[in-house]
Amino acid sequence: MPTAVDAARQGVPGRRWIMVIDLAKCDGCGACIRACGKMHFIPPDRQWIKVLRMQDSEKTSPYFFPQPCYHCDNPPCTKVCPVDATYKRSDGVVLIDNERCIGCRFCMAACPYGARSFNWGPPQNPPEAVAKGYSPEHGFPRRIGTVEKCDFCPDMAEMGMLPSCVSGCPMGAMYYGDENEDAVTNSQGETQRLSKLLLDRSGYRQMEELGTKPRVYYLPPKNRMYAPPTPLAKD
Amino acid sequence: MTDAKSQPHTVEADMLATFGPPGFAHKFLVIGLGLVVAWALVAYVHQLRIGLSATAMSDYFSWGVYIVNFVFFIGISMAGSLISAMLRLSNAHWRHPISRLAEAITVFSLLVAGPMIIIDMGRPDRFLHVLRYGRLQSPILWDVLSLTSYLAGSFLYLYVPMIPDLAILRDAPGLSPWRKKLYRTLAMRWTGTADQHRHLDRAVSVMAIVILPVAVSIHTVTAWLFGMTLRPGWHSTIIGPDFVIGALYSGVAAVITAIVLFRYFLRLQALIPVDHLRKLARLMLVFGLAYAYFVINEHVGAAYTGEGAERPLLEKMISGHYAIQFWAMIFIGLVVPLLMLVTPMGRTIAGIAVAAVFVNVGMWIKRYIIVIPTLASPFMPAREGAHLAYVPTWVEWSITAGGFAAFLLMFILFSKVFPIISIWEVDQTKWPRPGETLADPGAAAGVLA
Repeated sequence: MPTAVDAARQGVPGRRWIMVIDLAKCDGCGACIRACGKMHFIPPDRQWIKVLRMQDSEKTSPYFFPQPCYHCDNPPCTKVCPVDATYKRSDGVVLIDNERCIGCRFCMAACPYGARSFNWGPPQNPPEAVAKGYSPEHGFPRRIGTVEKCDFCPDMAEMGMLPSCVSGCPMGAMYYGDENEDAVTNSQGETQRLSKLLLDRSGYRQMEELGTKPRVYYLPPKNRMYAPPTPLAKD
Repeated sequence: MTDAKSQPHTVEADMLATFGPPGFAHKFLVIGLGLVVAWALVAYVHQLRIGLSATAMSDYFSWGVYIVNFVFFIGISMAGSLISAMLRLSNAHWRHPISRLAEAITVFSLLVAGPMIIIDMGRPDRFLHVLRYGRLQSPILWDVLSLTSYLAGSFLYLYVPMIPDLAILRDAPGLSPWRKKLYRTLAMRWTGTADQHRHLDRAVSVMAIVILPVAVSIHTVTAWLFGMTLRPGWHSTIIGPDFVIGALYSGVAAVITAIVLFRYFLRLQALIPVDHLRKLARLMLVFGLAYAYFVINEHVGAAYTGEGAERPLLEKMISGHYAIQFWAMIFIGLVVPLLMLVTPMGRTIAGIAVAAVFVNVGMWIKRYIIVIPTLASPFMPAREGAHLAYVPTWVEWSITAGGFAAFLLMFILFSKVFPIISIWEVDQTKWPRPGETLADPGAAAGVLA
């Protein structure tokens, strides 16, 4: 009998979920982190979406860099999983089945982007999380000894809603949509042609040279409307 | 090769003597090691209760000393194949008195390495998922297949050449009934006919050829656990052969350490002449030089080009957070033992033994240097500012100590029940093969001469 967990292995037919992050609009407020944390009951010791402060070289300007899981089309994480607990779906999403994960953490070693977190100890699952029941499409309730990460909110997308980080961004810096429709939308209700946006704004993917083919694109932080972050202290 | 001739004795008597009632030191050692293993079990139960949060691992350092121990014990498992297979194929008769010891190292080190992986698992209760849902694309499956084949092969390699010895013990007078029964069962009606010897020879020769590629594979796929990721320091073309050479180096060091200990405690000086240790020391020197060459190759490219991801990792090791471990590995693992081996000190038992212990310690640190600094050097941080140091907890140290204690304990108990030196292979004057006169120069010259 196919369960909800089994059903979550199938992608939404005909869809290719994709994200674009406009670095020129991100002021590093962290609303995306909070919105995601609320929706997925994320404990304070981890983040499914991070906002890093980046500086590419000494003389270039620092900028805020929101970083969810990239849901790579050539995912190094799913390749190494010994039990197919983390897998790639036809709609582009990479998910984790925490009922199958054996906790070897090979996927964490394999992910070059540090996108994955581990339930090192017994997780605190709030009653609402337990009541909703487990699905890899939302990742809770958590289980000890298993890996978790950003799930790209495919359950929201299927209902025509934006992921919580995207809808929670007050700057409208994040866009989400379907690659097949060539359209992405942000929290301001602004819908853009994906191909045109990437072309006009010189869209790029983080560390293209690794060959992982992320499904998250960035628009360079040009003509920003806010002050850049303070640079990171050098390690 | 001198002291043996002056003291006439039989190998059988020497081996039977090792079965005698345990002395004080022996009892003390067994109880002490048993306590360490028991303490490790306590630590593991604690870890099972609160999960891997009992360790110092984090999303940043997602692997720790369990993986270091795993790689270390896989490394020394090379001992058996080196001595039994390589030296057998090259017809080096001096291997006879040490081959069983070497094969035992292989079996026992694999028996420690395997559980280390299970101890590292977040969900050991789901271990069978690896069989149920196993995906051959995952290097973990390669390691599971390789490790189980190597363990099965090494177990056979320990057991099959021991059958004639078990028959000798079965027929030896004055052994307790449980021993008699054990040896009778395990000897499988060996009487030493020409036919039986022919079958045994054949089996052992085939195994020698089969076990070598399996041995190379296990060290290579263990390296590929790291090599198949996109991490600086791991994703390198040299990592497979690096692990194979490193395994030969630490394998021969483990054999030397074991020989010196058993030689001393079981008074086997006559059976294992100093000359054998010198030959092994020469092998260790060669493997050590080869390994030093690999270590240089590992780092020289990053040092010269200053490549983005590799250079910060190298700086962490040479002068940064991991400098102590890195230079300890270079000096304890390579420079000091190799220098010792080329001086007159390297021809004495004490010198060889100290060099081998240094290599063992240095190679454990090397495994640490392989695993931990790379995890400290991700392309992108798991958490901004989470540049935490990894300092193993008491649980991790207890389980590590337990692994080493279990390894030694298995060895000591094994030597109380089975002959640690091959009686029939060493004492071919007393146990000649049927239809074979002692014209075989190898048997006469290489063994007890």
